[in-house]
Amino acid sequence: MKIRIKFAKYGVMKFIGHLDVMRFFQKAIRRADIDIRYSEGFSPHPVMSFAAPLGVGMESLGEYLDIDVNSITTLEDMKNALNHEMTEGISILSVNLLPDTEQNAMASVAAARYLVLPSSGWKNGQNADRALGFPIDRIEERLAAFYARERILVIKKNKKGERELDLKPGIFELQVEEIPHPVAADGKLYQAVSMLVDASSSGNIKPTLVFQAFCADCGVLPEVCTHQIIRMDTLKNLAKEGEERRFVPLDFC
Amino acid sequence: MRKLALPDEILMQVEKPARYIGNEINSVMKDKNDIAVRFCMCFPDIYEIGMSHLGIQILYSMFNSWEDVWCERVYSPWIDLDKILREKKIPLFALESQEPVREMDFLGITLQYEMCYTNILQILDLSQISILAADRGEDEPIVIGGGPCSYNPEPIAAFFDLFYIGEGETQYRRLLDLYKENREAGGSRMSFLKMAAALPGIYVPLFYAEEYHADGTVKGRKKLYEGAPDRILKEIVTDVSDTYYPVKPVVPFIQVTQDRAVLELQRGCIRGCRFCQAGQLYRPVRERDVDVLKKYAMEMLQNTGYDEISLSSLSSSDYSKLNELLEFLIRECQKKHINISLPSLRIDAFSLDVMSKVQDVKKSSLTFAPEAGSQRLRDVINKGLTKEDILNGAKLAFEGGWTRVKLYFMLGLPTETEEDILGIGELSNEIAAVFFDTVPKEKRTNGRVQIVTSTSFFIPKPFTPFQWARMCTKEEFLEKAYQTKKGIMAQLNQKSIKYNWHEADVSVLEGVLARGDRKLAKVLLKAYETGCLFDSWSECFHNDVWMKAFAECGVEPDFYTTRERSEDEIFPWDFLDCGVTKEFLLREWNKAMTQTVSPNCRKQCQGCGANRFGCGVCFEHGKETERQQS
Repeated sequence: MKIRIKFAKYGVMKFIGHLDVMRFFQKAIRRADIDIRYSEGFSPHPVMSFAAPLGVGMESLGEYLDIDVNSITTLEDMKNALNHEMTEGISILSVNLLPDTEQNAMASVAAARYLVLPSSGWKNGQNADRALGFPIDRIEERLAAFYARERILVIKKNKKGERELDLKPGIFELQVEEIPHPVAADGKLYQAVSMLVDASSSGNIKPTLVFQAFCADCGVLPEVCTHQIIRMDTLKNLAKEGEERRFVPLDFC
Repeated sequence: MRKLALPDEILMQVEKPARYIGNEINSVMKDKNDIAVRFCMCFPDIYEIGMSHLGIQILYSMFNSWEDVWCERVYSPWIDLDKILREKKIPLFALESQEPVREMDFLGITLQYEMCYTNILQILDLSQISILAADRGEDEPIVIGGGPCSYNPEPIAAFFDLFYIGEGETQYRRLLDLYKENREAGGSRMSFLKMAAALPGIYVPLFYAEEYHADGTVKGRKKLYEGAPDRILKEIVTDVSDTYYPVKPVVPFIQVTQDRAVLELQRGCIRGCRFCQAGQLYRPVRERDVDVLKKYAMEMLQNTGYDEISLSSLSSSDYSKLNELLEFLIRECQKKHINISLPSLRIDAFSLDVMSKVQDVKKSSLTFAPEAGSQRLRDVINKGLTKEDILNGAKLAFEGGWTRVKLYFMLGLPTETEEDILGIGELSNEIAAVFFDTVPKEKRTNGRVQIVTSTSFFIPKPFTPFQWARMCTKEEFLEKAYQTKKGIMAQLNQKSIKYNWHEADVSVLEGVLARGDRKLAKVLLKAYETGCLFDSWSECFHNDVWMKAFAECGVEPDFYTTRERSEDEIFPWDFLDCGVTKEFLLREWNKAMTQTVSPNCRKQCQGCGANRFGCGVCFEHGKETERQQS
């Protein structure tokens, strides 16, 4: 049986890297006595797969992991048992049985929604009585102009060297929102850059790249715009080949 | 939500921020307002090393089992964070509360190896605690040291208010009660130190002065407070089956050096190898009841979710119920896909059979520690392993499919000759030959055998029969390593042998600190102030800076290493009593010089003195040994 687990990772847990989160779940699953299936071979390991790695420093309200189990009591039991083994900053949001036809979490990922917020503690003098915002004037207008461009070219550095990359085709939505902080719950309003971007294995776009390109476009140094990023959810595309994209959360069945 | 001591910007700048955030499974949070005593336990090395240490887990769980105490942890910040904390003047903090260490009642520092001494100064400095105990004010924590290096605490005595000599389980409750009593009575720091000095196992360095002869050797000790004891006997747990055990150890998020559940089979070792400090310090051997161990193992695995359990002991093969324990663990662990790791096993038919059940023979290697290249020198060091044992073990192992063998030797042992050194290459070669004789060509899976021969340099340690021994100079050590290398290259099977050797500089420095006295405190301080830190990390070790510190302080390192010591010399650590008498150690030193072997504790009591604790191997099955002594 395949089970899809949705979890949130926030607060101090944002400093725990992807591989360590995997190891954390392996142990939590053993402590929770979940009847997980092990792979064959001399050193069998529990069968589990994560949807999309989350960078260190990012928080998320929509992380997914699939596990294979031999048996379960109820999904509710499993959710409670797992939540009992979590620690502050990581919690199980839902546990669902996957239809046999469903692709695994990693292969399903098509997009992710992110919020980019100004770092807590940083206050824009002009907006102090309103939302906590970025030090960028007429931000809505400028973001719209930025997004309206035909191409959004950035230089991407990796081990092999540098290459130019057009972000535009991978940005599905980009706008400014004024919202309460989705994690901190501090009663304040925040000005956030909200984006829906490609998160598939072939076209994954890092939200930081988009935000930095926008800052550069406004002539503001990214260091001045200290920010935090929250992944709001990870999404799959229900549309068939040739149809309009239809994104839904990975636990949508 | 818990607030972190460091802002996100700093945590995102440093390598592995998870080292500094706490919040691990089984870490203990308490409300500080309900707490009478706050204790911060420190391992003065990075998180990954410190979190691998069983001793801290034991004390952490013991302290936190007491309602009025909250024990937290702190480790050395790595050099990246160290720099930031200094620049921004951020005080070092405990992982649990994220509050400054300085606000605690106690800072306990475990002393596992000499090369962490500059890190102790770093911890005090970053915590904004006065480095010298004599300078500490009423509102500063009591700094207490413990662990193997506290058996010669003198080089670092100036930095500590107290040392706890021996196993922590026995006196800590009384020590903390005295602390509370003293505080309630409005007593001073000094009055607490005086009360503490009266407790068994507690050493207060401020109450003594070390006096020297003109030649720099110790003349004696002067007491500066009449109530302080003349000698301090180590504390031990007499019944190790009925004491604290960390069945809910803290489980780190990041991968640490010892990333598994640890089951401590026994304390002490019956073997009596003459170079080994642990073998003397932890006498007598006390075994844990096998049913208790089975219960601990199952509880630990359930509480942690680890996929591996390791047996811990100085010599696991000597645990009398090993067979029964392993049968149980193999049965239970296979059901749950849990691995068993078996360090410090003697290689014989039994252990090979067990190992082939719990590990992948093709991937694992076997380890022998002959320690010396010839039988003569193995007799000197009282290492019971014979060449026959090793070659038989190797033959069995090769038949069982193993193709990788690791060999550990020491260079610079007392009485060592060129022949002994060449013996290292010869033995390595013979093991390779056993492979070619045992395994027919068509069955050689990897084609060949891999022998990895490693040498470390011998460092004489306090409370061993070799505490009188002269230690080699750096040049002598390097020459010996060169001879070893040459000896290996001359062998027929040299292509199957890989040779590694240890750094010589750092061994010499370790030798200085191991048998040092109080005169070294100023050198340590100077070395730290001029940039020495993380000396056990080769990328951080700066021998030239250390040598400059010695020169500037007018202290000659050779005095502590290459000097010949006479049989009646008073050592800086002689006022401590680890149970084993100096007479016994001297007897063993003289036996070493005549290549006379001493049987192990189970075969025949050697009258070391540890039977005064009234427990363990000294009193197994009625024991003829008592009769022999009287």
